[in-house]
Amino acid sequence: MKRIGIDVGGTNTDAVVIDGDQILGSIKTPTTQDVTSGVVNALRQVLKESKTAPESLDAVMIGTTHFTNAVAQRRDLSKVAAIRICLPASASLEPFIDWPSDLADIVRGDIYMLQGGHEFDGRPIAEFDEDGMREAARSIRSSGLSAVAITSVFSPLTSELEERAAQILLEEAPDVSVTQSHTLGRIGLLERENATLLNASLHQLAKKTTAAFTEAMEACGISATLYLTQNDGTVMLSAVAQKFPVFSFASGPTNSMRGAAFLSHLSDAIVVDTGGTTADIGMLRNGFPREANSVVEIGGVRTLFRMPDLFSLAIGGGTLVTRDPLKVGPHSVGYELPQRSTVFGGNEVTATDIAVAAGLIDLGDPARVADFDKQFVADAVEAMRSMIADGVDRMKTEAADVPVIAVGGGAFLVPREIPGVSEVIHVRHGEVANAVGAAIAQVSGECDQIFQGISREEALAEARRTAENRAKDAGADPSTIELVELEDLPLAYMPGNSLRVRARVVGSIG
Amino acid sequence: MMEPREIKPDELEALALGTGILGTGGGTHPYLELLNLKKLQREKRRIRVVAPDSLKDDALVAEIGFMGAPLISKERLPDPSMLSRALVSMERFAGVRFSAVMSSEIGGENGLAPMTVAALHDLPIIDADPRGRAFPEMQMSSFVIAGLPLYPTALADVRKNDMIIAKSQNAGWTERIGRKLCVETGSVLATCRPPRTGRQIKDSAIHGSISRAIRLGASILDARREHGDPIEAIINNESATLLFDGKVVDVERRTAGGFVRGSTKIVATDKREGSTLTIDFQNEFSLARFGDEVLAMVPDLICVLDRATGEAVGTETIRYGMRVAVLVLDAPAALKTVEALRVVGPKAFGYDMKYRPHSGYKEKCEVV
Repeated sequence: MKRIGIDVGGTNTDAVVIDGDQILGSIKTPTTQDVTSGVVNALRQVLKESKTAPESLDAVMIGTTHFTNAVAQRRDLSKVAAIRICLPASASLEPFIDWPSDLADIVRGDIYMLQGGHEFDGRPIAEFDEDGMREAARSIRSSGLSAVAITSVFSPLTSELEERAAQILLEEAPDVSVTQSHTLGRIGLLERENATLLNASLHQLAKKTTAAFTEAMEACGISATLYLTQNDGTVMLSAVAQKFPVFSFASGPTNSMRGAAFLSHLSDAIVVDTGGTTADIGMLRNGFPREANSVVEIGGVRTLFRMPDLFSLAIGGGTLVTRDPLKVGPHSVGYELPQRSTVFGGNEVTATDIAVAAGLIDLGDPARVADFDKQFVADAVEAMRSMIADGVDRMKTEAADVPVIAVGGGAFLVPREIPGVSEVIHVRHGEVANAVGAAIAQVSGECDQIFQGISREEALAEARRTAENRAKDAGADPSTIELVELEDLPLAYMPGNSLRVRARVVGSIG
Repeated sequence: MMEPREIKPDELEALALGTGILGTGGGTHPYLELLNLKKLQREKRRIRVVAPDSLKDDALVAEIGFMGAPLISKERLPDPSMLSRALVSMERFAGVRFSAVMSSEIGGENGLAPMTVAALHDLPIIDADPRGRAFPEMQMSSFVIAGLPLYPTALADVRKNDMIIAKSQNAGWTERIGRKLCVETGSVLATCRPPRTGRQIKDSAIHGSISRAIRLGASILDARREHGDPIEAIINNESATLLFDGKVVDVERRTAGGFVRGSTKIVATDKREGSTLTIDFQNEFSLARFGDEVLAMVPDLICVLDRATGEAVGTETIRYGMRVAVLVLDAPAALKTVEALRVVGPKAFGYDMKYRPHSGYKEKCEVV
């Protein structure tokens, strides 16, 4: 299967063409303000570089930071009406309660708390207030809000009230965009509601962005299926992904790590992904990033998304280095590296200039850094080396030596030898590992549910079946689906051997 | 009553971290309760703490806490008004007027939740509790150990059901009946235990619980601010022993008798590299051992903390691969008497062994 993987980063857009296990070509171009033209550039260049005919492609997989950046930078967000079906429970902590105030001021629309919701065992907490819901729907229509987030207590176990509420809402206000919390997963009302609110708030940007991607493909004569990558190293059909922009949060680092695994043929290793501004260090386990244990904040909002466990260092190709006193970072010239760094004719001393002066890489005009003081260069290299070595050590989970895969545009900054590391591997196409990761992404399905009154084996099997069906719906070839996670948790103080089961499967795109 | 001390907004985070640790695995960082407290403070409600010794002997105190499954509160978010209803219904039933509030257990969510009621009713909260940690059952209380009854007990659900257990044969029956009511109404109930007098609290409660929680949390926050090691900070400031530094390699859980039972194995990453510590749990961590050699047991506090952040790790959240530090904090003296051990000692948790205080094992643990 022939496909293109693209990673649209803040600085660069990387693209790669893959056929089966073969990389046919890769390119790196600057990201543009206007989404379409940047992706068009990347597509044209990579097709040319790999000598690929547009009509021979089966799929295009795009990883994008648009949605994460929109939340982080508080732009392109829609105001959202929050509907929570919970009363008489959960009244004291209303929607947006733990949001940073600057973000809440932008996103918070009307808030409606309605009677209803479920107990953990499926019994109603109280009868659903349908009249109240209809009233809320009318008032949302007259207020002109375009996005609505619906969250009901224990909806991951039974979604019927959220579905009913959405139905009433669309009867009264057919033009609004609705996100229902059970479609985003996990138990934990506040965090799930937060993700639902963020998702609703990104709906217009998501529509615009996926339209721009489709337009870019058409402009290049590509009619292949478009997928967007998610934070767990899998992809979703763009038509589905457009409804769930929050799933793409932090897909960049995941793509880099998956790409590093693919390029190095290693499934257990530490990955150092060095870009223009930062080096992200993560741990690969069975070919997937190890996930962070703690709750993940997006733009200051608490969510339950699974994100790769990363340690970020302020070291990249554009990192500024000063001499007296010797200081590496944290400031960087970022995307202005081609203008501002010394080897490229600028006046600033960056990590790239130091690497060129030390002979670690051949870039720009080495003559411009030939007169750098030898001791200064040696000291600066040593400082970067020890920062990276320390970061690698922090991410290690075992005492034994592990391999390090160095990827990203600034991979040349990673020293050849690091204490506690068996070898440092630089791979071909490593500078576009993130695009490679996007190109090889699979699809997944997940289930997180409480089971009662059936045996543990039955519950595990049922959860697995649900996850597999979800993966099939997302486009997985049933014959390739495999289980990657199956976890059960008996619940304290609950009757009938209550068991919470979480299952996750992945499969190749069929 | 001595002048109460007002808890400042910036002390709440320390308090939450500390109550998480004192939860000994039965609860973790009580984030939602912290949000409730912050909201009350924004509404200009006061959280005032007062020392037990400053209570008048005949003062009546409401002993408040939730009972039930922590997971439920992640969906049916904890609401101070539910606890408030339990307090009011007890005042009506017993014909009393409370002059202060006390937590039913300092460990976990219940370390913070009673403060919300205290703030709502503008009552002070006593710097004491009857457990000094978290325990799975209602009768595991220093008041019960001292021979005081566990009735009447008021319970309130999320709807408008207010219940009273007017009298019970013994404390164990209050637990059994309460547990049935709890499950039927959705597995979380607000409770107000029998009114306790100032005298009873002075004689039988565990003093300084809130201060201890704040101290624990503050050690962590100070260490984080100075980029120091939070675990080391706790050891330096508390009578705590670092039992083990390691990585979780196995977690085995099952439900038995309505409780989460199981064990976790942790492999050392420190100088005892390769050796394995096993910790049994029954909602809370109950016993720590190297093979057959027991190192710590209930009622001593076995606390598993995230190695990097110092935050408490719970028996429901502990997972393979976590880097953790295992600390043992000495149990309060009131939990170590012969009478107390019958209720909260190893035998009460089904271990056929005599309690030996952790301090007796210390030399074996190579105090770091």
